[in-house]
Amino acid sequence: MSALLEVTGISVSFDGFKAINNLSFEIGPAELRAVIGPNGAGKTTFMDIVTGKTRPDEGRVLWGEKSINLLKLNEAQIAREGVGRKFQRPTVFEDQTVTENLMMALKARRNPFSVLFWRPSGEDHARVAAVAKQVGLGDQLDRKSGELSHGQKQWLEIGMLLAQEPRLLLVDEPAAGMTLAEREQTTALLVELSKTRAVVVVEHDMEFVRRLDCRVTVLHEGSVLAEGSLDHVTSDPKVIEVYLGR
Amino acid sequence: MKPGFIAKNPSVLIFILILALFTLGVTLLSNAYGTGFVSTSMVKTLGKTLCLCLIAIAMDLVWGYTGILSLGHFAFFGLGGYMIGMWLMYARTREIVVSSASGALPMTPQELNDAIASQVFGVVGSSQLPSIWHFAGSLPMQLLFVVLVPGLLAFVFGWLAFRSRVTGVYLSILTQAMTLALSLYLFQNDSGLRGNNGLSGLQNIPGVTAGQDALSVWFLWASAVALGLGYVLSAFIVSGKFGSVMRGIRDDEARVRFLGYSVETYKLFVFTLTAVIAALAGALYYPQAGIINPAEMSTVASIYLAVWVAIGGRGRLYGAVIGAAFVSIISTWFTGGRVPNINLGFYTINWVDWWQVLLGLSFVLVTLFAPRGLSGLIDLIDGLRAPKRGGDPLGPDDGALQEKEAEA
Repeated sequence: MSALLEVTGISVSFDGFKAINNLSFEIGPAELRAVIGPNGAGKTTFMDIVTGKTRPDEGRVLWGEKSINLLKLNEAQIAREGVGRKFQRPTVFEDQTVTENLMMALKARRNPFSVLFWRPSGEDHARVAAVAKQVGLGDQLDRKSGELSHGQKQWLEIGMLLAQEPRLLLVDEPAAGMTLAEREQTTALLVELSKTRAVVVVEHDMEFVRRLDCRVTVLHEGSVLAEGSLDHVTSDPKVIEVYLGR
Repeated sequence: MKPGFIAKNPSVLIFILILALFTLGVTLLSNAYGTGFVSTSMVKTLGKTLCLCLIAIAMDLVWGYTGILSLGHFAFFGLGGYMIGMWLMYARTREIVVSSASGALPMTPQELNDAIASQVFGVVGSSQLPSIWHFAGSLPMQLLFVVLVPGLLAFVFGWLAFRSRVTGVYLSILTQAMTLALSLYLFQNDSGLRGNNGLSGLQNIPGVTAGQDALSVWFLWASAVALGLGYVLSAFIVSGKFGSVMRGIRDDEARVRFLGYSVETYKLFVFTLTAVIAALAGALYYPQAGIINPAEMSTVASIYLAVWVAIGGRGRLYGAVIGAAFVSIISTWFTGGRVPNINLGFYTINWVDWWQVLLGLSFVLVTLFAPRGLSGLIDLIDGLRAPKRGGDPLGPDDGALQEKEAEA
């Protein structure tokens, strides 16, 4: 199985502090992966690099069958290649309705002229309704998203990611601020999604990671400390040392 | 089950209706076509106000919807005025030169050209027609320049600024610097546009024998049509997905980027389009004003523009129109010296001087206490209230809509 995303030897430092240090990472086209690590391990910086927000000082990030160099693309181009990202804090467009948020995310041409003359077809409306239903917002379509509860905003953002139909989903702490029932729903959704696409979940809630039941990559001080099943990595003495302290 | 464009934008129909009634009403009260209740100079003022409403819509698109606080749109407005002014002045001077030619033989093109040049540029001590006046004799070319010159300037400026991701206050300062530079350049006599004299006599339309009474009404209609079209176009732009993206950029541009939209391209598109709208407004404004000089393009003018939109309520098209109309008409009233002075005994408040203070104060008060501006009154009628967000703005960006500005 060839990798969908191949990150090789990236390093980046901010004012002399090495946030990412010679990190390599690979994920297949239909795989679920959890990335864990203590605060400051470089989890978010890693996502920033893949999505084009931060440029690494060295290393390579290759994407897809044609091995496109993502480092040469900007954020919008990377998103159009099929990398979707969910942020830690829910970021939806609060001044706009649930429908407008989802319509904007819906996979379609993104250049200004196409967008200017784009009007939703019946199919698009159906797709938006289906996505909204999937994330439990089926009866909230006309509400301004700013009025939704925190949890609903999280779901709306996940819905926007679904509408985008990415090939790789980067999810930053999806369980934060969710109730137990919502967490279970989220886990089920992520597992389901990973059957058709690559999903990377950054999380430091071990219980949540255990429920995902997938390969785990442990980051520490900007590089990979261990990789394997959760049981494998948690029995690794280096991981124990990092997590439990000396 | 698909609502039409008008059904989704009820304000368009109401707006067009009010605009049509207003224009018709003024026509029926004008000197040329009606009872003469409204003086010709008042008709001109109203026509100019419509042009200001049009540039306010442009400002609302770029600031209210996209969050780019441009302080340069009056530069584009002025440039549009200069482009049409060049033709007006050249063609008018040619008429005068030809009619006053006394020789038995008709003038050669070279003689005609020289005569026009010395007439137009005598005031700055030159008798050469600068090369930028090459097409001044051709109305179609100058009309094309009304769109092309400001459009190109906005495109190049925007491309440079947005590509390097200059945002917020820094972008505002940059646009202000551009306006200042342009205005200072035009103040020079050798810039080819008559320095601080500017272009004058623009109210006389070459080849038209009708008097100012009739002309003023024609321009009122032209301005009304332009404003109506501008409103419909803007409503079309902001009502669809493009409008969603614009508002997204205003509130949280990083998020829009991660959805795959090229934020820079969108900003450039909006900036250039609104520059062209501003230029067209200027091209209609200055023939009514009769004179244009570089002082019109001062940075203060563009700040006024932001004040109008803020007082009207940004992020809604009718807000911009209401703000521009209200403030500029009140301003005409105050500065016209017709408002009675207030005698405090120890000091007399002369409104011609104190009007600016009043405007500044009302801007501060609106920002503090009624962020939705005058359109807040319309919301009151509609029964809309601001969303309760505990004081949070609707997005992390500088230009993001604030809680109190938003519609529920």
